[in-house]
Amino acid sequence: MTTEELKNVAVAKSVDARGTACPGPLLEAKKAIGTIGVNDVMEVLSADEGTKVDIPKWCNKQGHEYLGFVEENGYFKIYLKKQ
Amino acid sequence: MEKNNEATILQLQLQMEALQKKVQRLENNRQDQLSMAIVSGDMDKILAAMIISLAAAAMDTQVKLFFSFWALAALRDPKKNPKGKDFISKMFGMMLPKSRNNLKLSNMNMAGMGPVMIKSLMKKKNVMSLDEMFRQAAELGIEITVCEMSMDLMGFKKEEIIDYPHLRYAGATTFVADAGESAMQLFI
Repeated sequence: MTTEELKNVAVAKSVDARGTACPGPLLEAKKAIGTIGVNDVMEVLSADEGTKVDIPKWCNKQGHEYLGFVEENGYFKIYLKKQ
Repeated sequence: MEKNNEATILQLQLQMEALQKKVQRLENNRQDQLSMAIVSGDMDKILAAMIISLAAAAMDTQVKLFFSFWALAALRDPKKNPKGKDFISKMFGMMLPKSRNNLKLSNMNMAGMGPVMIKSLMKKKNVMSLDEMFRQAAELGIEITVCEMSMDLMGFKKEEIIDYPHLRYAGATTFVADAGESAMQLFI
């Protein structure tokens, strides 16, 4: 998805993991994914550069669809769709 | 001709069964599981072990940690005071870190300044503390196996080990058996 599309995507759950470093964002994503339905989009906010590389790998393992990330001022918004 | 066909089919069936058994055994040997032997008692190494374990647990990988030798110090509870130790055990107990929060760094320890600095940096950079990592590990069902033989060797008593929900005492064979069925094995 393009940055524009990602910015306009309907988000079912937003996980703010900016207050925690690796592997905190992944743990928070794991906990939150159980609270949304299939095909819902979740965004993970992380200030940790590594998270935007880790989340696609996590999605690949868990079978979720990784949509992309948007860089904000000092953090990243990473999008994925639950499968 | 007909008879020949039947014989071939029978042979194929037998080969198929043998293959199925083999695949099953292989699959059993590559479970989505991480087995880690943690031998070092340095703060940095325990941190690495816990971070990797938590990342694996976040991936829904079953995590089994085997604590042995110097790593046992990280499992001591400073609030607990075991009785009935002999002289050498008491010496070991005094000279080794009292808990995961008293561990030394393998590098740049600088007589205890290093760990203090690292801890304050970790806090500043939002890295979880070891206490928080153990709490999360318990919540995620990460299993800890304590090496019985090392306990005995270093003179540690079960009464001084932390309260952790998924903790058991066993020997090296348990680690080997767990590692044998894990897709990932690490030694720290």
